Amino acid sequence: MIALLITLLAPVAGALVLAVLRPLGPAGWLNVAVSTITFGAAAWLTWTVAASGEIAGYSFRVDDFNVYLVALTAFIGLTTSIFSRPYMRHVCDTVLTRKRGMRVYHSMYQAFMFTMLLALTTDNLGVLWVAVEGATLATVLLVSLYRTPEAVEAAWKYFILCGVGIALALFGTVLTYFAAQHVVSDPSAGLTWSTLYRHAGHLEPAVMRLAFVFLLVGYGTKVGLVPMHQWLPDAHSEGPTPMSAVLSGLLLNVALYAVVRLKMLVDGSLAASAAPHLAGYLLMGFGLLSFLVAGLFLHRQRDIKRMFSYSSIEHMGLMTFAFGLGGPLATFGALLHMLVHSLTKSAIFVTVGHAAHIAGTQSIERIRGLIRTQPAVGWSLLIAVSAIAGFPPFGVFTSEFLLLTATMQAQPWLTVALLSGLAIAFAGLFRHLHPMVYGAPPEGQKPVRANMLPVAIHLALVLWLGLAIPGFLAQWLDRATELITGSHLL
Amino acid sequence: MSPTLLPLLQQIVLVLAAIVLFTSFVLLAQARLVAAIHAFAWQGALVAAVTTVVAATGQTHHLYFSALLTLVLKALLIPWMLHRLTRRLALDRHVESLHRPALVIMAAVALVIFSYWLVLPIVQQEMTFTRNIVAISLAVVLIGLLMMVFRQQAVAQVLGFMSMENGLFLAAVSATAGMPLVVELGVAFDVLVAMVLFGVFFFQIRESIDSLDVDRLNRLTETAEEGIVAAGRTTPRAVAGEDG
Repeated sequence: MIALLITLLAPVAGALVLAVLRPLGPAGWLNVAVSTITFGAAAWLTWTVAASGEIAGYSFRVDDFNVYLVALTAFIGLTTSIFSRPYMRHVCDTVLTRKRGMRVYHSMYQAFMFTMLLALTTDNLGVLWVAVEGATLATVLLVSLYRTPEAVEAAWKYFILCGVGIALALFGTVLTYFAAQHVVSDPSAGLTWSTLYRHAGHLEPAVMRLAFVFLLVGYGTKVGLVPMHQWLPDAHSEGPTPMSAVLSGLLLNVALYAVVRLKMLVDGSLAASAAPHLAGYLLMGFGLLSFLVAGLFLHRQRDIKRMFSYSSIEHMGLMTFAFGLGGPLATFGALLHMLVHSLTKSAIFVTVGHAAHIAGTQSIERIRGLIRTQPAVGWSLLIAVSAIAGFPPFGVFTSEFLLLTATMQAQPWLTVALLSGLAIAFAGLFRHLHPMVYGAPPEGQKPVRANMLPVAIHLALVLWLGLAIPGFLAQWLDRATELITGSHLL
Repeated sequence: MSPTLLPLLQQIVLVLAAIVLFTSFVLLAQARLVAAIHAFAWQGALVAAVTTVVAATGQTHHLYFSALLTLVLKALLIPWMLHRLTRRLALDRHVESLHRPALVIMAAVALVIFSYWLVLPIVQQEMTFTRNIVAISLAVVLIGLLMMVFRQQAVAQVLGFMSMENGLFLAAVSATAGMPLVVELGVAFDVLVAMVLFGVFFFQIRESIDSLDVDRLNRLTETAEEGIVAAGRTTPRAVAGEDG
């Protein structure tokens, strides 16, 4: 419990202090320090849960499923804050988003971390909603940080679309609460996930079906599912790069986590009805659509961050599809994919940030010859993109292989769609990547000071997960799988 | 509360809810911003009134607090903030030209019917008399959505967003006896922060496109990409160069 409190309170304290701290240098360091504390506490929390099982009570619930996301969130928050310190300093020296903008940036970075961790650890569906909406509010000012017309437009779109989406999710939450009124004796416990899950079989199926549609559209907007994905490429491409890294690596995961938790409730409620797998089919449909559409859109992109945000949509679509497929193998694969996708994608955005600084633009056509100009950045980009495209030694390959196997078992025909989607996405990424890393650099392109440590750590972890998943992690993901699907894989 | 009084209170609740729906239509078709803000304030006050009456009929005392919260937030504070913003942005005499208002009203009517159809499974459940209002609240939510799609003015879009929130609150009050207090406070906090941020954005948008007509925020479409790329999609550094 203490570990949980520190995990949650450290970012709050950080956000408050950073909101008033003027000098930029110490603010950057403090941001790193707070993230380190959060990560330490999250590690402690993880260790506690691993040693003595789930922590529940005081409307919090930390079990095997969400604790691994808590650890992942805190870890990526830490590495991104390490990257963001010199990066934002560079931005501040060159452009001048005003100093005040930097205060907003650091404060909101921590506020965002808080909302993510709160959304993951809370047991109350209402608080989950408040936290996910809070994440939009914390990041929307960061998307418009540079105050260019494009950035303001992206932020407005992000605000309005996510606001609408999340409002629909609240309607779904109200409906869930309504269904719970008949079942749960204490009305104030009617939004507690654990209680609802215990009584899931008694929740009125007709109401839960309706509720899930609203919830899926609502949280699905945040996951970036097609056709509600319009905000995502804009927000990712116009915001500062560290923000793109955490949005892609964390926010999308947390939204998907919410969808999966709610699917567990609805599955329990619909188990005895005529269409028990309705929620799963909906997820599969949305997931497959996102996966294929985003893969096609990859080809048309001209902005490097936009391209990788479409790649995020594609991978979130794949995970949504896998969770919809259900079954231990697909769920295990999806959990692993969440992990490796977050690590790889945040590494990619960090590298892309440096690449954009080297070239002075985000336009793919003008980024050329990275390997010759700055080998560390060029090679990192090449390796990271190979990893995200699903090349063998990396973890993404492992999880995609598991997902394909699961699809082959359950819905063989869909394997064709998945394989062609993967091939399309692969082609889309590499046709843009090749000239960026190889080729002759333009005149006067100079290396920048880059801290490649976060990238190296992330990619090393992804490589490790691809070569051999450590025993404890496999056990852990297996326990989470059991929690979600009710049966073991290993 | 004696049982003989209940039907009267129920009728009051239903009439109030119907007027809430009516204000949604007013919001949708009102071209003058200030008048639309007034309509929104009325809607907030009506939602608060519905909450109070439901609280009186059901002996759910924490609903009195929710009603007070709604009254302060939705009927007083947010309209006041919007008023101040429109004055500072010199929009208080702004009249928006609406495209095809009749068609939009028809669409809104269709949405009301659709909401009634959608919540049939809830209405069929044995529950308190307020269940009819769930359909009305869903209609308010969807009309708010329609308003955000159809109006091009940023302030009007925010009004649509806020009236969606009103609809959601009404749903929580009518379908159940209000959400747990911690959730309600959280939602209210989020709405307030959102309003402050909307205010910040009005100024940012006006700074960047010199108006609050969000239709002109169209630089980030997939097809227009080429033109922008030709002009050089820029990182902050290059932008700073242009700005001098």
